[in-house]
Order: sequence, then C-alpha cells, then structure tokens
Amino acid sequence: MQPYEVTLVVNGTARRVRVPARRLLSDCLRHDLGLTGTHVGCEHGVCGCCTVLLDGEPVRSCLTFAVTVDGREITTVEGLAGEDGMSPVQRAFAECHGLQCGFCTPGFLCTVTALLRDNPAPTDEEVLEGVSGNLCRCTGYQNIVKSVHRAAELIAEEG
Amino acid sequence: MKPPPFEYHAPRDLGEALDVLAGAGARGKVLAGGQSLIPIMNMRLASPEHLVDINRLHELDTVEETAGGVRVGALARHSRVERLRAHPLLGQALRLVAHPVIRNRGTVVGSLVHADPAAELPAVLAVLDGSVRLATAGGTRDVAARDFFTGPLESAVQAGELAVSAYFPNTRPRSGTAFREVARRHGDYALAGVCAVVTLDEDLRVERARVACIGVGAVPVVVDVPCERRPAATVGWDEAVRAVREATDPEGDIHASAAYRRHLVGVLAEQALKEAARAAV
Amino acid sequence: MTTRLFGEPVQRREDPRLLTGQGRYLDDLGQGAAAAAFVRSPHAHARIRDIDVSAALDVDGLIAIYTWEDLPARVGQPLPLLIPHPALTHGRTALPLAKDVVRHVGEPVVMVVATDRYLAEDACALIEVDYEQLKPVVGIEEAVQGAQLVHEDVPGNVGAHLVQEVPSTTGTSAREAIEGAPHTLAFRLDIERSASMPLEGRGVYARWDGTDLRVYSSTQTSTSVRMAIAAALNLPLPHVEVIAPDVGGGFGVKIVHPWAEEILVPWAAMLLGREIKWTEDRREHFISSAHERGQVQHVRVGFDDDGVIKGLDVTILHDHGAYTPYGIIVPIVTSTQLLGPYKIGAYRVEFTAVYTNTVQVTPYRGAGRPQAVFCMERTMDKIARHLGKDRTRVRAANFIGPDEFPYDQGMIFQDGRPLIYDSGNYPEMLRMVKELVGWDDFEPAPNRGIGVGCYVEGTGVGPYEGGHVQVTSDGRVHVSTGLTSQGQGHETVFAQIAATELGVPIERVSVVTGDTRRFGYAVGTFASRAAVMSGNAIALACRKVREKALRIAADALEANPDDLEIDDGLVHVAGAPAASIPLSTVAVLANPLRYAFDEEAAKATQFSGAASPDKPPVAEGEEPGLEGRDYYSPIRSTFAAGMHAAIVETDPLTAEIKVLRYAVVHDCGRLINPMIVEGQIHGGVAQGIGGALYERMVYDGHGQLLNASFMDFLMPYATEVPHVETAHLETPSPLNPLGIKGAGEAGVIPVSAVIAAAIEDAEGFAIDRMPISPSELFDLRTASRPAQGTAQGTAQEVSRRPEPPER
Repeated sequence: MQPYEVTLVVNGTARRVRVPARRLLSDCLRHDLGLTGTHVGCEHGVCGCCTVLLDGEPVRSCLTFAVTVDGREITTVEGLAGEDGMSPVQRAFAECHGLQCGFCTPGFLCTVTALLRDNPAPTDEEVLEGVSGNLCRCTGYQNIVKSVHRAAELIAEEG
Repeated sequence: MKPPPFEYHAPRDLGEALDVLAGAGARGKVLAGGQSLIPIMNMRLASPEHLVDINRLHELDTVEETAGGVRVGALARHSRVERLRAHPLLGQALRLVAHPVIRNRGTVVGSLVHADPAAELPAVLAVLDGSVRLATAGGTRDVAARDFFTGPLESAVQAGELAVSAYFPNTRPRSGTAFREVARRHGDYALAGVCAVVTLDEDLRVERARVACIGVGAVPVVVDVPCERRPAATVGWDEAVRAVREATDPEGDIHASAAYRRHLVGVLAEQALKEAARAAV
Repeated sequence: MTTRLFGEPVQRREDPRLLTGQGRYLDDLGQGAAAAAFVRSPHAHARIRDIDVSAALDVDGLIAIYTWEDLPARVGQPLPLLIPHPALTHGRTALPLAKDVVRHVGEPVVMVVATDRYLAEDACALIEVDYEQLKPVVGIEEAVQGAQLVHEDVPGNVGAHLVQEVPSTTGTSAREAIEGAPHTLAFRLDIERSASMPLEGRGVYARWDGTDLRVYSSTQTSTSVRMAIAAALNLPLPHVEVIAPDVGGGFGVKIVHPWAEEILVPWAAMLLGREIKWTEDRREHFISSAHERGQVQHVRVGFDDDGVIKGLDVTILHDHGAYTPYGIIVPIVTSTQLLGPYKIGAYRVEFTAVYTNTVQVTPYRGAGRPQAVFCMERTMDKIARHLGKDRTRVRAANFIGPDEFPYDQGMIFQDGRPLIYDSGNYPEMLRMVKELVGWDDFEPAPNRGIGVGCYVEGTGVGPYEGGHVQVTSDGRVHVSTGLTSQGQGHETVFAQIAATELGVPIERVSVVTGDTRRFGYAVGTFASRAAVMSGNAIALACRKVREKALRIAADALEANPDDLEIDDGLVHVAGAPAASIPLSTVAVLANPLRYAFDEEAAKATQFSGAASPDKPPVAEGEEPGLEGRDYYSPIRSTFAAGMHAAIVETDPLTAEIKVLRYAVVHDCGRLINPMIVEGQIHGGVAQGIGGALYERMVYDGHGQLLNASFMDFLMPYATEVPHVETAHLETPSPLNPLGIKGAGEAGVIPVSAVIAAAIEDAEGFAIDRMPISPSELFDLRTASRPAQGTAQGTAQEVSRRPEPPER
C-alpha cells in the first residue's frame, strides 16, 4: 500500500501531494493541502457539504479518491472569490441571508457557481433541481433559493 | 467513516485493465464513478482487496448512436449521456437518477452493474431488451437484460470481467415512452417506479405496450401488458394495471409497506402507459 | 442615524469568513493532531465478556488503545447527571467507556488513538469484543411492561414519574371537571423520534502544554464543558480553557455535556503529551449522540358547547433512551408548554419517563414543545369537529385575553420557576394568521385541507448570562459573552445592540462568543435564550461603559454628563457637535498611563496634565480602562408565541402529501434583526416539515437503528420544503430592558400539529400519529374505508365527519 504521488491543480495552483490510494479527495484537500473550506458532513454522498468543482463540474469530494483525479483541476470554495473580492454568488448569499451556521455553504456555493454558469437565468424549478443534492439544516432553503436568483441578477448586471 | 486500505490499480488501457482484473479475480472490484461503491467502502461494508480504477480508460468514455440504438461505454457519465439526448427513454430515466451532482460522476454502466432493484437504468435496459457487453482478456460476451439482473445488487458480471458497454435499442417507429416514479424525497431511490413503452400500428392504434417496474421485486419486473388494439386515447388500462400488480412482488421496508408499493406500481403503470401512449401519437 | 441599528436587517458580520472558506470549525483545527476513534457496541444490550486488542497492536501509526480499565477513577466515573430533579428518582448516565454492560448500539467501548483517522479506524476494526447478548428493551410500550430491564436497578424501567395538577379556580380537579363536562373525548397520540442532526457532528480537540489544557469543542456550552473537564481531570479551573470555534449547527444535541469524548480526548492528550482530535462521523452521530421527540400521549378532555375546555387530563409516556444525562427537561417542557395560549379549566398531567436500549433522548430544537403542541392542537381540532365548529373559533374561546397578563398557569416551568406568561396578544395573532393563509376564503376541495396550530414558548430561561464590553484606545469596541454560537448570527445581533447602546458604527464592534479565555461565566445556548440573555447582558454592560465614557468626557469637555450624547463614536454636547471628544480618546483617558506606546497614549501619561494632581489617578470605586461587565439574570422566562397555518394537498392515487401554503405569524417581542429572525423561522419550519413528513428513527426489535444514514433518515432537501410566508407581531416583554423574547425554536414547534390538521381536513379521518408518510396515509385510507367496517382506534370518532358548516 505505497503512497502515491498526486498532482492536483487546485484553484489554479499545481499542488503535489503524497497520499495513500484510499485518501478521499475531501480529506486530501482538507488535511493534506490545508484547504479546510471544503466540509465533510456525511461521507456517503448525500449531504453535499463536500462538493467541489472537478474540471468545472460539481462532484462529491467524499466519493472521489484523490488518486483518481491526479492531474485534474479542482476548484474549492477558497477559489471562488476573485481578485476584487467575493464572487457574485458569495455576495448574493450574504445579501439574502442564504447561510446560518455556514457548514453546508461551501457545497452550495460550488454547486450554484456551476449551475449559473450553465444556466444564467434559471427558473425556480431549475434552481430547486440544481441544489436538490445539498442538505442544509439551518436555513430552510428559502433564502438559498433567493440567493441563487440574486446571484443570477448580479452576474447579469456585472456582465 | 474512512475506507479500508486496498491495492490500487490504474490501468491506462482496456487490455491492461482486463489483465489486472484477471489477476485480481474475485478479490478485485472495478471503480468507475464510485457513487455507489465509495459510500459502502466508507462505511466499511465493502473491502475489496484490489481496486481497479477505470477512470483513465478514455476509450470507454463513449456514447455511440447506431441505426438500431445507443451503445454507452463504461466511462460515460450520467450527465453526459443526459446532455447528448441520445435516447428518449434513457433521458427520461436519467433525470430521475439521484441528483445532478451525483450524475456528474456516476456512470450508466456502473449503475447497471450495481443492479439496485429500485434504480431506474436497469428498468430501461430491461424494457428495451437491451444488453450489457462483458469483456475479459479472452474476449467479450453480450448478456441480454433479462439474464443480466440476477438478484438485488447482483448481476451476471463474473469475477475478472469488466462491463465495457451497454446497448439500449431504439424503440420502434410510432412508439412513445415515459418514466414515472414516486420517491420519498426528490432524488431518492424510488418507492416504486414504472417505465413504459407503447407502440402504435399504422392506424395509430395501440399495438404493443410494455412496462418495467422498479422497487417492487428483486430485479426490474418486465410486463408485456394486455391492451386493446384501439386508438391510444381511448384505451382503458385497467387490465394492464391488474397485470402489473399481479406480476410484481414488492416487499415492505421502513419507507413503504408492501401493500402500498403494490398499489403504487399500478397507479404509476397507468400514468406511465397513458403518457407513453400520448407521446407515441 | 448609522448607529441606531437595533431592529434593522443588518447583513451578517460572520458571513464573509464563512463564504470564503475561512470559517474555523472543529475539524479545521489541529492539522497534524493524532486522531481518536472508538469501538462502539454493535448490540443494543449486552454484557462485555472480554476485549481483545492484540490484533490491533500491529496497525501502523497506532498510538494508544484504552478501555474502561485504563481510566483513572475520576475519569471512569459515570458522566454527570446535569439537571437533577426530585421526580427523577432513577437517573442513570453512561460511563465514558462501557465497563460491564452496553445499553445501546453505538455506546463507546474502546478508544483508539492513531496518527490519523484512517489508521485509527483500521485498529478499531481489528479489536475483538466478546459480548453476551442480553434481551433489549425497544419501544415505549415494551419498556412500560418492564418484563426486561435496561438497568438492573431500575424497576419497571421507570426513570421518572411526575404528576402535576392545576385545579380550576373553584377547586375542581381535572378529572372531576371532565366527568362533569357536557362533552368528553378520549384518544391516543403518537410521535416518533427524530434528531437535531446538525451537518457538522460533534468534535473535540485538546492540547496540553504541561501546565495548561486547551480544549476546542463543537459545543453549545464551552463554560460548562470547561468546569466538567476541570472536575474530571482534577485540574485547577484557571488552567483549563475551552473554546467553541465556528460550530456547524447544534439544535440541542450539543448542549449535552460533557460527552464521553469531551473527557477522554483531553485526558488522553495529557497522558500522551500530544494533541489529539476526535471528529465525529455521521454514523457515530446517528448511533451515539442523542435523539428526541418519541412520546405516547393518552388524552381525556371535557368541554362545553362552545368548546371551552373544562378539564384536560394527559398521560405521557416518554422514551428516554438508555440514559438521562439531561434529566427530564423534555417531558417537563411537554407537560408545561402543552397549555399553549389557553386557559384550561383544570389540568392534570402525568408523565412516566422510561428507559429503552436506544440512543439517549435529550432536547432537540423545540425540546418537548412539538409533542406538547401536537397534543393540545389535536385536542382543539377534535373538539371543533365534535361540535361542528370552526377550529379557530374553538381556539379563540379558550385563549388567554390580551388584558390578562401576566398570566399564571399555576405550574412550575423548566427553570424551576412559576409558569407565568409575561405578555402576548393571541386573538390578534389568530386574526393575522387567518388573514395570511386566507382561512375564511379557503375553498374546500377533495384532497385539499387547511390546518392551524398555536403555541406559546418559554424562552430566555435563566439563570443568567453576562457580557463584557471594552472600548480600546483605537476606538474599537470588543464585546464578549460566554454563551456559544451555532449559526444564529450572534456576532451581528450583539454588535447591533452594542453599536446602538454606545453610539458607535457597527464596523468598529467585534463580538466573541463561547471562548472561556474571554468570558468565563455563562450557561449556554439553548431554549431560545441567547438574544434575551446575552443580548440584555451586553446592553447592560454597554450602559455601564456609556455612563463611564460620559463621565470622563464631561470632565474633558467641562460639561454636564447629562448633556452629552454619543454619535458615530464621538461624544459631544447635545446640540453642539463642535464640543466633542472621540470615544477613542475617552478610552485613552480612562486608563492613566506612565508609558506612552503611541501618540494617542501620550495624552494619558502622568505629565500630560490631563489628570488633577489632587486626586488619585484612578478614583476610588473606579477601575482603569473603558470597559464594563454586567449580567442579566431574569426573574423567570419570557414567553414568545406563534401561530402557523398550512394548506396541503394529498394525491388521491399515490397518497403523496404536498404543502401548498405555509403561513407563520410570530411574536418574539422586539426584533433585533428581522432578517435573522425570519431565517430562524424558515429553518425551524423546515425542521418541522422534516419531523412531520420525513424524519424518523426506526429501530428494529433488536435495537438496531435501521436508518442510520442520510440515505434513509430523510432530512428534507430544498425540493421538500415549502415556501414560508411570515408576519410579525411585536409584543415587548416587560421582563427585560430590551423587551425581547427568544426566536430560535419557534419555527419547528407547531409544524406536526398543523400538517396533521391539514391532512385530516383533506382526508376526513383522524391523523393521530406523526410523522406520516405516503405509505402510512395510504394505509389509513384503506383502514378508514367504510365498506370494510374496520375503523380502528379513534377513527370511529371521526368516521362520521359532520358536514361542517364552518371550517
């Protein structure tokens, strides 16, 4: 069970890391690379807290081995903000009170970032479908849905 | 909830993968999307000695449309197949598979091999009389859907074999399809579900109707339902519903009683047949 | 004015950190610490014959393995019984590691420490525990029979039994009143178990430097964890510090303490001289934290032709699981809060809390109130149906009037004090909720129903909280309070209070909670108490600071303190903004200095001429610095209230249940931040919907939890939660300076009652058991079909559903 040398391009930076084959991507990001913004809520793929973008597509990092994604690009919540501050999605969540304890939030932010990239003006139903794989125990989702619509507005306004 | 250790193999091509699988035999397990396998490994309910990761076999990341149907390679993920709109019924079913994020990673063939009796894709393969192509270093064999699903979470894949693709035949002309299910939460495995194919004759009368039901038996339950040869809109499906309820043998669990599932599968069969018949016109 | 922020929907100050991945949750700390994992019992009830760790000793990276035998006496004692009560005659708590007997699946038996969690789990898997299985007690009724015992020394499995009686004003007992009433009904209600289920589990991280122990815990009470650790590890309190970092949700489960892990992890860290962290995983959370809700209620009620209740007699069987570390708070809350906004002629309530071989039961958001409200509101609906009256009219007939406050319910509440409601306006709330949901215009249609539910919630229970406020010489305001935060936005609302009280911009205010280094005296965050308790304490501390600031500024400005105001961080003479001094300078002057560390500080040094040479630099009775500390300790709880209404649609074929409308009217006194209060309500309702339609803990006869995963424990997603419409009534509390009441639990409390009422209205038969699934609704439909003539239980009472002229 030799450790594997893995290169991940995380938030635009190539990071080399030695991990056992069984290291979950979530643990690799959090504990090997120190990017603790990605959270772990269930480790069986239901809660969505650990969602990150793999080559731009949201995936569960707790259901992915780090070795499997050697060489791929990963975006975590730490990589969503731009040089001039928080992304429109992040700002919309703040504005609409789309988070409370904040534990599920990174997963929602990654999911929604990809959702709005693919569908810049989603309907209510499309928003619900889009975030349907993410659990939140605090907000009741109402303000999360509002945040997604608001983020769409901000993105549209800011071009 | 951390997975147990395993010997990791990351073959670069199919030949290497088959060699590794042959060597690993019953101690080996194939990792494709991992959306079903990794949860049970994290719970330590599965501890494969050898894990053969096929995620680098880009030659299997294929969706081929042929005259007769669609062949989906072992590395084609749900979301990609869904986007390609290669097959109407497959598309209808994929929208019901878990959540979008899971579909970004999970594979169509992986879902078939996992053979969950409540999963959607096995029913699609079954209702279409599709097949799964299994490969070993020595050659390949195609297994028809009716022989492929052998029990709950059990398929015809033998130790050392790799399911390399699945074939979903097109429906015949003047056919309509539908997939109806009821799940506790959106995206959960269905309590019961029915996919239906209704084919009309040249006079637009119902010629053939077939359903595959999930969540109501050990494997997808396929029923060629009795139907009157009449214009689709005027067909009564009562007898079809009775046939479906008779053919299925649901079990009760913590989410639904057997009686409810039997009732539900009939309701869903009628809805799916009606919708498929409408779509066929 | 920018600094009058009380009542404004100020955006949350914790959000930038949490939105950018900069939050610091428990498992984000201690990178590189050794990891703990536990071998937990796979059996619900068994005797431990032998523990063989030998196979685990070869695991790479193993550091230590501990069983109960390894624990020193103080550590190996039963965990504390946190809230003793005379009625809890047989309180029992668990040992940190099981000694002879395990009493539920998930009870910790062996602790393993290794260099990482993967390896610790590898070692756990190799440890062999030899169990002699004993027959488990599962389910309330099996426990009550007492044929099998959870604890050998607890006869009949009864941990507590309490009868409380409130006779009528004329001295009639409840049972007599029921006998004498024109109408009586009797029925049984059932509520199943759910759980807090925060998305972050529990966790503990400890480090020991040879003198001082620092512990981080994902807890709702760091101060009390600290005292428990100091006691168990025999450490002087000043050498123990406990910090609740960012906490990913609590909802009650994290108020229980000390958890076994909160003692064992620090103990092992000291013993091994290395940092150790334990991060609970989801499976552990399901089988070894805590659940709540499970009750069976037998109700008898007597009422008159108007639906006025003459007597109510409720017998509650409460499932307490295997242990009672949090005492009997949950059934006490059920018993007392059952009365809701009503004056009941005469009331008798009896509860029996029984042990079962299942996970222990401790408060989960609502803490016994959802069960209480389910009971009372089902009762109101049954009375209305019996009389053929509008359900809201029957409620109104029983309301406490707006002019009857303070209203004494004649009972003892969960804080050991009289159950006296401080203020409220229930008729107005009912009017508002009817209007919001469109009660009077609701068009009856097949498979559509409407329901309403009312509740009163004791919030802001004591004994106290404190606040410390310090203005530093840079003009910043540092607020700290001892209770903890789990997402309620305390950093924002407490800053709003401080900014408003002190007249400073909110940007200059920072708030720290749950860190015993900053504030050592506190109780904790539970019972919708944080805003009431710490909010008022911080306001009082600010007022002390303000008074001192005005005094110092008055000296400097040669003005009368009474003529001074503070705006935007500037103390000035009212109406004369030119005569002013910044609060930062006041802070400098408040601390007479010998040494100048910067230019500003020089103003306070001994040759600056600022101080009179005739007085001591720090006057008698004064302290240096511009800071204040104060405590708020209320005479008793304050009582928030709310009314919810819902319209549901049931599918005639699939029996799926859809909530079409959900309306909430809520009164938590004055609102500090309406945006945050709304958020609390939304979240509470979502948990209520979970409890009504999706969530249950399903045990089999062997005591195995069959759905210990998010696959099968059905917490609602966005697709399952209805849109919530809200309206607020503000009836200030006369009990505290800010006039506020708590809001944290409100949303969850009446949801099961409301949804049950609406389904009942849609279906025409009684809904007496929650949660309800489509399958169960289908079964009820089957059972209620008149053709079969097999109406069960209470169904006979409703099968002849009158054609109600009113709803």
